[in-house]
Amino acid sequence: MSEVLVLVEHADGDVKKVTFELLTLARSLGEPAAVAIGDVSDALVASLAAGGADIVYVAAGPEFGEHVVAPKVSALQSALAASSAAGVLVPATAEGKEIAARLAVRTESGIITDAVGVSAGFVAEQSVFGGSTMVQSAVTTGTPIIAVRPNSVAAEATAGAGRRVDLDVTITDADRAAKVTDSVAQERAGRPELTEAAIVVSGGRGVGSPEGFAVVESLADALGAAVGASRAATDAGWYPHQFQVGQTGKTVSPQLYIANGISGAIQHRAGMQTSKTIVAVNKDAEAPIFDLVDFGVVGDLHVVLPQLTEEVTRRKG
Amino acid sequence: MKIVVCVKQVPDSWAEKKLNPADNTLDRDAADAVVNELDEYAIEEALQIQERLGGADECPVTVLTVGPEKAIESVRKGLQMGANEGVHVVDDALHGSDALATSAVLAAAIDRLAPDLVLMGSESTDARMSVVPAMLAERTGRPQLTFAGKVDIADGAITVQRATDYGYDVVEASLPALVSVVEKINEPRYPSFKGIMAAKKKPVETLTLADLGVEPAAVGLAGAWSSVQEFAARPPRAAGTVVTDEGDGGTKAADFLATQKFI
Repeated sequence: MSEVLVLVEHADGDVKKVTFELLTLARSLGEPAAVAIGDVSDALVASLAAGGADIVYVAAGPEFGEHVVAPKVSALQSALAASSAAGVLVPATAEGKEIAARLAVRTESGIITDAVGVSAGFVAEQSVFGGSTMVQSAVTTGTPIIAVRPNSVAAEATAGAGRRVDLDVTITDADRAAKVTDSVAQERAGRPELTEAAIVVSGGRGVGSPEGFAVVESLADALGAAVGASRAATDAGWYPHQFQVGQTGKTVSPQLYIANGISGAIQHRAGMQTSKTIVAVNKDAEAPIFDLVDFGVVGDLHVVLPQLTEEVTRRKG
Repeated sequence: MKIVVCVKQVPDSWAEKKLNPADNTLDRDAADAVVNELDEYAIEEALQIQERLGGADECPVTVLTVGPEKAIESVRKGLQMGANEGVHVVDDALHGSDALATSAVLAAAIDRLAPDLVLMGSESTDARMSVVPAMLAERTGRPQLTFAGKVDIADGAITVQRATDYGYDVVEASLPALVSVVEKINEPRYPSFKGIMAAKKKPVETLTLADLGVEPAAVGLAGAWSSVQEFAARPPRAAGTVVTDEGDGGTKAADFLATQKFI
């Protein structure tokens, strides 16, 4: 059985959830082989084995994170050369897609991004045009390189053999062209990452002000959710740009998406329409967001959300 | 210092889009065509850099596009905003090109124009892959400074704030370089009447694949390394329940979340 490479996302020593989802997907396509790059501990390798990796390729060292994506491309390329894998799965995050893009150029392979499923023969399913159209695509040249959206499949913990293979990666001068000199964290502490979160609570024009986001954040915290915002809210400066969900922002696909004061223009739908369950609160009964919802409340979010938050806290408590 | 801004003509971002059943490519006649929104931010950034560096003589800005005849409109828009010249790569063989082929054509054009700085939007609103900037950096051997929310240039060095999930990274490189921008970087200007009139006299060079030394067989639908096998309209979501808040909207929403096992 051919190996299927999975690019590992990890931070602060922990494997991110999307990696386990991709390992689960890889098992349905071949032999799951994780590729862990950067600060890789024994615990990280063990965690990947427990999550389903039969093989763990390791390219360890601080330098992989000191330059923009190119050194990681070299590491993934050397894993591909070592494994003769049948395909490569990466998380469809901004960086994951960039690594996939450069790997495709280097290995003369086709690339598909933002897949929400991959079936036998590496046929990828994509949801395009704001979720209005489902497309089946396949790579026809080289090794299929597919970027899969977080939350596309449920991770199943089937332990793998976890055989560690250390890679000998040559980082070239060209890989070092763009140097990362500082990392600045702006995210409000304690909330899950937007693209990975199982629940996203977001606010739009109807929130009305930066202070108005307090009711959105309270609900998110009661549910253990990430906070998102529509373009209208980020353009108005009410919420930081990196939390924007939609066509020019993040694409999310959580189990539950709660849209508050968001009308549901295509700009926004493009970023959230593949969410499994959608709830909306909006004053305007005619808002297009209500065409998408599983449950909607026509009402003032500043009244409805505090009540909902209180109910969630009470029932969870 | 010379800047090239890569732009793409796309269907209006706010319009519904669809695929053409004849060859599974985007139906470009189904919606009005506009300049890809994030590319306008790239044009604006180029113009602001030009202003800082002393104007068009010191820092000429060229708008480059790859696309059908009609795509010249997106070059014109850039010229109306204030760019100095345009380059349009147009060839019948290009129809249906994938991101890899598009990046190869852009790379050939950039190698020919040899700018110090390439600017572009970080994604197009039609394909939304967000991979062409990285591919172009790989192909042209330029430092990849993508998802930039701020750009500073001094003494042949360039520094950007690269947007990340948690905030931003500060990234440094030397010129020549490639930068893709996110929308928080600036507020694109509207073309003035004077700008619109002046644009009519600005030079636009038209190039074919032969001019760039790109094999027609390597691009277009036939040269694509991935293909759409089939597509279908997503089945409409089953109609949900919508209630009007009568003082118990939050409680009813909580009831729904409980039935779905979220709480």
